[in-house]
This record gives sequence, structure tokens and C-alpha cells, in this order.
Amino acid sequence: MRDVAVVAFAQTRHSATDEGLGESELILPVLDEVRDASGLRTFGFTCSGSCDYLAGAPFSFVSALDALGAWPPISESHVEMDAAWALYEAWVRLQHGDVDTALVYGFGKSSQGDLREIMTLQLDPYYLAPLGLDQVSYAALQASARGADRAELDEIVRRSRAAGRDNPCALDLPDPEGDGYEVQPLRPYDVAPMTDGAAAVVLAAGDLARELCERPAWITGIAHRIEPHYLGMRDLARSASAAEAARAAGVGKGHVDVAELHAQFSHEEVILREALELPASTAVNPSGGPLAANPVMATGLIRIGEAARRITDGTASRAVGHAASGPCLQHNLVTVMEA
Amino acid sequence: MPSDATAAGTTAAGAAAVPEGEARSLVAGHVLEFPGGYTRTTGPVIGRFLTELRDGRIVGVRTAGGRTLVPPLEYDPDTGEAVTGEFAEVGPAGTVESWSWVSEPRPAHPLERPFAWALIRLDGADTALVHAVDAGDARAMRQGLRVRPRWKAARTGHITDIESFVPEVTRIVSPVRTEYRVRPGKALARFLDGVARGVFIGCRCGSCGKVYVPYRLSCPECGVAITEEVEVPDTGTITTFAINNLPDPRAPEVPFVSAYILLDGSDIPMIALVGGVPAHEVRQGMRVRAVWVPEEERTASMSNIKWFAPTGEPDAEL
Repeated sequence: MRDVAVVAFAQTRHSATDEGLGESELILPVLDEVRDASGLRTFGFTCSGSCDYLAGAPFSFVSALDALGAWPPISESHVEMDAAWALYEAWVRLQHGDVDTALVYGFGKSSQGDLREIMTLQLDPYYLAPLGLDQVSYAALQASARGADRAELDEIVRRSRAAGRDNPCALDLPDPEGDGYEVQPLRPYDVAPMTDGAAAVVLAAGDLARELCERPAWITGIAHRIEPHYLGMRDLARSASAAEAARAAGVGKGHVDVAELHAQFSHEEVILREALELPASTAVNPSGGPLAANPVMATGLIRIGEAARRITDGTASRAVGHAASGPCLQHNLVTVMEA
Repeated sequence: MPSDATAAGTTAAGAAAVPEGEARSLVAGHVLEFPGGYTRTTGPVIGRFLTELRDGRIVGVRTAGGRTLVPPLEYDPDTGEAVTGEFAEVGPAGTVESWSWVSEPRPAHPLERPFAWALIRLDGADTALVHAVDAGDARAMRQGLRVRPRWKAARTGHITDIESFVPEVTRIVSPVRTEYRVRPGKALARFLDGVARGVFIGCRCGSCGKVYVPYRLSCPECGVAITEEVEVPDTGTITTFAINNLPDPRAPEVPFVSAYILLDGSDIPMIALVGGVPAHEVRQGMRVRAVWVPEEERTASMSNIKWFAPTGEPDAEL
């Protein structure tokens, strides 16, 4: 395998409301930031992750290319997924050996629609979508299957929101309170907040990575696994695919100092910690995680970026970034990075 | 997203005509829709399931390994192999494996009243079906709950042909009501005559000497007829009491206090409401007096006594 590292990461100051920026206007500042940080203006490969249903317009990601400067023509790809999977594609592309740098970005403006119902559109169209099963409802089914302890969930939200208040890019949310349910057993604060935002990462291979960054975050393992889509065909109390991806990425080969987990609901953190076999000594979501800012389609990439940042700034020597996709943690991507 | 998506209903707000400052706050409505719905083919496996649903039956498909998948998939999720062509009827009853409760249904939800989402293992199936359960109240839901489908009258071959699942019948409500005409009997009628005048009428047993209120015609202790009528005052002492938190049509509000009151000069306490005092201040030995409704409202009924209220005298020794 070719050594590939994260050498730059940037994210927007995420917003809980529509600030009136177009998608390319949302992306441009983070692209500028990683271009400045890496000193690169062109890249061997570019890949983005976004979801057209967020904007409700087909091929909306194409117009986002305006922020890139795609002339002369560039080598570009897109995934209709969280941009963490765009990073995976870029990592695979760099393994070919003919290019040394890749730009990865993701963005989402969920303020434009109703995310709970937009996420219904990703469900199988025969058995699930016609029921109107929305995102919070199916997450609540998983929380119920898990039987997560209320005090544990409250503490996860309290810790995540406190960390988010210390993170200038995350939302400023108060400590959780109130005993009403969004969909029982989930309370409103167990659900990641509606957020607009974007993020970008630069990957570089081999010696170039060392030239571009004083302390690159080397990707020593990256793998993703997926489970059956239909909720009744799997054990919702645990995540077999996250566990298998973690084994394939080698999470357990050393101590994990920091793990950034793509948990959009508090109970998902409980399931993911178990699947990744993280010890109590691992700092989970020191950025605040998705419960403090959830710019859909960039949230997973931000997990990799935040974990990489802990390596780059010297506060961690081994970190894990996790991203999830599909209903009830159907699809999981695990990235291990080391100094 | 398929490229034939139709964006309908976008209302272009004349941006060019609006001054720059105001243009920043422009918002346009936008609807993404396939007018009339998107047509999908079902394939033979899902098509069989939906066809059976239209006929009011639920079927699963067998895998090569012998499992029954409900709802049927074309491929075994464990092995990736094509499933067999063998379909088996399952249910219609099943068991709830996991559930969540929606207290405020959304427009796209299958029911307009609060309901549960549930993973339901139908009898004979090896996997769980996701559907709604119309249970009325979250307290009716539990893991292990037995449920059955409630079918729509007009079925089209769609997962919503099952309107929802409903709990199996485990109890019924039996209406019980018969009507009577009741007369008070001579003793009570005599007592109520007194109450109508604002007086408590009692009696003294010629054998043991005990004074009973209300008035009665025999001594329950001695078993002899009583002939001596006595009037007792409307003051007395609380011997014991209870604080009631369940509403009762005969009491003004909750909590209310019902007490045994030993009227002065009597030997057997009478049960009555206590009012005019916070419930937590009521105590044994407290001196009380009847509060009568105004004379013009009185009838031959115990409702003449609103309640007993403290007199303010020192407590009595019991």
C-alpha cells in the first residue's frame, strides 16, 4: 500500500439556520483554506460528497464545481454519500500511483427542506418508504432495540454539547433538559441538530505529504462494510458492519487516543463504541461530534478531519475517524490515522 | 437522483427587479415531485408478496438455508444467494421485537393519531417486518406484545394494504348497568326528616344505653328494638380520617378528607366530609361542626350537610 496522509483540513463555522449562501459560496472558503494550508492550487484528483435531495435539484453538485476552478479540465468524481466516502475513493485513486494529491470536500444545506422526510427517500421504495418512516422514527426503533440507558444517553449529549461550545465551528447548544419525547425513547436533544456547513480535506502521498505538512496524519487503515438495508433483517442492537470495518482497518492494533464517531443520535455512540471496542481512555468526539454540529454529507468527512487534526497538532498519536451512511448505521467507514 | 426528476412549483421571485439589500432575504418555495407517482416494477419476489397482500395474506420466501424472509427479498442477505421460489404464508399474528412511540404523527405517517413503529416477527418468519402498531397509548406497547394486521377494505398490492397492526385481544370491556327504585326504610326516613330541618336524630338503646346516629330501629349489639329517640348537636370530634386523592362526585375537589365524626352525646361515629381546612391539618381529636347548606336549599338528603368544619376549640381527648 502507498502511504497516504491527511495534510490539510478545513470546515465552515456551521450554522443552525440558512444564512442565504449558495452551495458554491458555502464551499469556496473551505477550499481556499485547504489550498492555503497545503500550498496546492491543483490536485491530481478531486472528489466530493453531497446529496441532491437536500437541495431538491438534480445534479446540484455539478454547480458546486464553480468553487473549484475546473479549467483546464480536472479529474473529478462525486459520491451521492457523505464525503467520507469521497475521501475513500480518493485514497483508492492515490493507490494507483500516478497522482500524488487529492482534494476531497463535502457540503450540505439541510435547512432548505425537512431532513427527517428527505431521509425517508433513501429507504427501500417497496417496504419502508411507503410507510412514511422518517429518520427519527427509525433511529428510535434502533434506540429501543438497543435498550440504551437514559442516564448514559443524557451524559453523551451533555458531554457532546459542552465540547461543541468549545469548538468555534460547532453550534452553541445548552446542556440537555426536558423530559418530552421526539419519538419515544428519543428525546429532542438525542437528535443531531439541523446544520448547514461544508468541509474539505487534502490527501497527499509519500514524501510529498511530508513536504506539505510538518506532521501528516498517515492513514494506516481504512475500510468500509455494509449490512442489509431492511431493518428487520439485522440485529439493530449492535453494528456488525462497524465492528467488521474496524477490524479490517486495524483499530485494535494500538491504543486509540481520539475517536471521532459519526453518531447522529446519542444511542448510536453507545453502539459504535462497542463495535469499535474503544476503551474508556479513548476521547470520543472531543469536537462535540454530530450532536453539536451535523452538516449532513460533510459530517462524516469532518470526523476524519477532526481526528486527523489531533495528529497534525500533536495532541494525539493515533486517532480514528468514523463515518456512517444509510438507516440505523447500515454502512460504516473506519479510518485509522497515525503520526 | 434520476435525471427525469421534475421540479414542479418553483416560484421565481423577480430577483432582478428587487433592490440589492432586500434581495439577500429572498426565499422561494420549491417542490420536488413525480406528479402522479413514480412507477416501479416489483420483480417476481416482491410482486408475489404484494399480490398476496392484496388478497389479505402475508407470505415470506424461503432461502436455500431454510430461513423464511418476511418481507421477501430476492437475495439471501446472509449469503447473497438467490432465494428459492418457495413462498410460505406467515402470521397473520406476530410478536413485537422492538418499538418506538410517535406522539405527534407527521403528514406522511400511516396513522393520524399517536402510534408505535415496531419490528414485528410474524409467526413462521425468521426476520422482522417494520410497520405501525395502533395501540392507543405507549403504555400498551411492550416487547413481546402479540399483534395482528388490520387490513384496508380496498387493497391495491401495497405495503400500506395493512393499515396498521393492532394488539391481539386480551381483554374486553363489559358494560354493567341496571336501574332500581330505592326507598330509605323507616329509620333512615325518620333521620332524613331531621336532616331536612337541620337536626341530627339519633336513638338510645333501652338495653345497653348506647346512642346511635343516624337513627335506627334496633340495636345491632343487643338485637332489641329501640324506641327512645334523641336529638344530638351538630358538633363532634374526628376519631379517624382519610385523605382521598381520587375524584368523587360527592366531594367538591381533590384532595378531600372523609372522616369518622363522633357527634357530641353519641357513642358511634358517623362518616362525613371534612372541609374548610387544608387536608394536611386534619387530625384525630379535632373538634368540628356541621356546615349546613342555606335553609331554602335543604331537602331530605345528606347533601344538606356541605361538610364538617373545624370549630377552633381545643382538640378533644379520645
